[in-house]
Amino acid sequence: MSNITLVEAINLALARAMEEDDSVVVLGEDVGINGGVFRATAGLRQRFGAERVADTPLAEGLIAGMAVGMAAEGLKPVAEIQFAGFAYTAIDQMLNHAGRLRHRTQGRLSCPMVLRTPCGAGIHAPEHHSESPEAMFAHIPGIRVVYPSSPSRAYGLLLAAIQDPDPVVFLEPSRLYRRFKEEVEDDGTPLPLDKAFVAREGTDVTFVAWGAMLREALDAAEELAAEGLFAEVIDLATLKPIDFDTVLASVRKTGRCVVITEAPRTCSLASEISANISEQALLSLLAPVERVTAFDCVTPMFRLEEKYMPDAARIAAAARKVMEYQ
Amino acid sequence: MTVAATFEIRFTRYLLPDGREAADLPSFAADPRALVPDYRAMVFMRALDAKAVAMQRTGQIGTYASTLGKEAVDAGIGAVLGKDDVLLPSYRESGVLMLRGVSPHRTLLYWGGDERGNVFPESPRDFPFNVPIGTQLPHAAGVAYAMKLRREPRVALAMCGDGATSKGDFYEALNAAGVWQLPMVVVAVNNHYAISVPRHMQTKAQTIAQKGIAAGIDCEQLDGNDLIAVRDAVGRAVEKARNGGGPTLLEALTYRLSDHTTADDATRYRSAEEVAEQWKQEPILRLRTWLHSKGAWSQAEEQALAKDAAAHVQKMVKAYLETPPPGPEQMFEHLYARLPRQYIGQLAQLTEEQEPHVEHHAG
Repeated sequence: MSNITLVEAINLALARAMEEDDSVVVLGEDVGINGGVFRATAGLRQRFGAERVADTPLAEGLIAGMAVGMAAEGLKPVAEIQFAGFAYTAIDQMLNHAGRLRHRTQGRLSCPMVLRTPCGAGIHAPEHHSESPEAMFAHIPGIRVVYPSSPSRAYGLLLAAIQDPDPVVFLEPSRLYRRFKEEVEDDGTPLPLDKAFVAREGTDVTFVAWGAMLREALDAAEELAAEGLFAEVIDLATLKPIDFDTVLASVRKTGRCVVITEAPRTCSLASEISANISEQALLSLLAPVERVTAFDCVTPMFRLEEKYMPDAARIAAAARKVMEYQ
Repeated sequence: MTVAATFEIRFTRYLLPDGREAADLPSFAADPRALVPDYRAMVFMRALDAKAVAMQRTGQIGTYASTLGKEAVDAGIGAVLGKDDVLLPSYRESGVLMLRGVSPHRTLLYWGGDERGNVFPESPRDFPFNVPIGTQLPHAAGVAYAMKLRREPRVALAMCGDGATSKGDFYEALNAAGVWQLPMVVVAVNNHYAISVPRHMQTKAQTIAQKGIAAGIDCEQLDGNDLIAVRDAVGRAVEKARNGGGPTLLEALTYRLSDHTTADDATRYRSAEEVAEQWKQEPILRLRTWLHSKGAWSQAEEQALAKDAAAHVQKMVKAYLETPPPGPEQMFEHLYARLPRQYIGQLAQLTEEQEPHVEHHAG
């Protein structure tokens, strides 16, 4: 058991997976000699060699495409895209190949790869370094999308993603990389990829959040508790496929729901979750589902990023709104 | 001014369009009879291709991409690529797949709108037909990387067209193959058209082969209508890659004698004269003329071969038409290794909505 940050938990899971399975390889820009720009792969090259921790030429489409080829040929590649804002050329490979190789060959070839990328705003980074393209990935058939919110979740979910026989996009909240530490047991135990977690129990309103927004939702819940309003906070963890059982059970209990995402509002996962709640739990609802999202604008440069991202105050305000709904 | 770098591109050709020899032949061609199996394969390919076009015209398959004119490229690659090597084809490579052992009725299934056309039990590591242009080339780099990592004496051979060489995927894959000296061969089949866009509008480069220079890898242009040149150049590149010599880009010069696909009409963008001129260069006539001149092929054999090919085509058509249509559950069956419970409801909805006796199959 060690007290570690989220990025250290990523590193720990990668090392564990590489130790246990020779077919696991890491590839990406600056992942080897440099250990990754966020240090997520630090020390791996020294430990497992340059062939298994490959510094690639600077081409994101190549990185994803090579991972598809490696996976089809029996390796378990864990590819890193340095920032989610650079992942768009890799989406071609995820959509046209990773997500459909198994289907289009009727099970003959498969694609057990992981595409890791730091995601989201809040680290005062340059332009294009603070994007949240989660919904674009979640729209791709045949893949899974995972978004941890803490060191222990990052460790267990990444191990599960690497072991999964299908492609997984693993989004990492860069804002939480070093924000807090947590006790993580390096015992190689994966977390389930089809389950949401109840991060805080409550009775009055359900918050559904993931990644960095989970911390904001927990902060809002704490603030509201002082007012006698008890929010249940669900860490969605896996964005595709979504564990609606857990979400709906909570909403049926509380009757109110606020869904929070750092991504722009239109066609967001918050919209998808809201639609599902309307379809499946309408009569349990005491108020319309509220979405707290980023705005439908370009991710601003960092002087305005605090205004752009949802925060605890906006979440708490949404909670009060659904509580007051009549 | 000093010169930082210079380059030259080798062009390989052994047989002239009229079947005469242009150079001393490589050793595998010393006995002309040794090339008869390749010739037979080319004739089979053309017969299957003609049938596929006819089947599209009569509504028995969907849009089909003809292989007319590239039979020497396909036969040459098929002859030299090893059983344990991996082929990464584009969508026009059914000829090579046939030589990989894949039953040609799969090609009809594929263009007949059925994923089972990509099931290759006879060559299970080969990649499926690839439609998004050039996207199979990064896969080849990944496959070759895996082979090299595991110290396997295997090769990844990817094929693409001249249009694909304008894409980033093409250059990114070659570049990576150069950096890691991967056991990878890319054959760019330059058939002079990307649908309607002619080769000279695709790139200002004098050759497509020289695009390998920028990646620091060996490259060569060859006459893709000359079976001996294809076998020779691809054979050398594959064995070099297998022996740790690194990647090669080959540009095979050929000509798309057909429309781009059955949905295209090439008369809109090229002249009948141009096409007629290209028919004088075509690969089957060229090889047959040479075989005849060597006394390695008789008229009687030619007639017997035509019969064999026709019989084979009929067998393949029958196998295609007798394949039962897929059930709707096929859409979810191989979506994931194990379908997440979240999608079981959609699968149930899909299968319940089907009427029991709807006939989906084109045949």
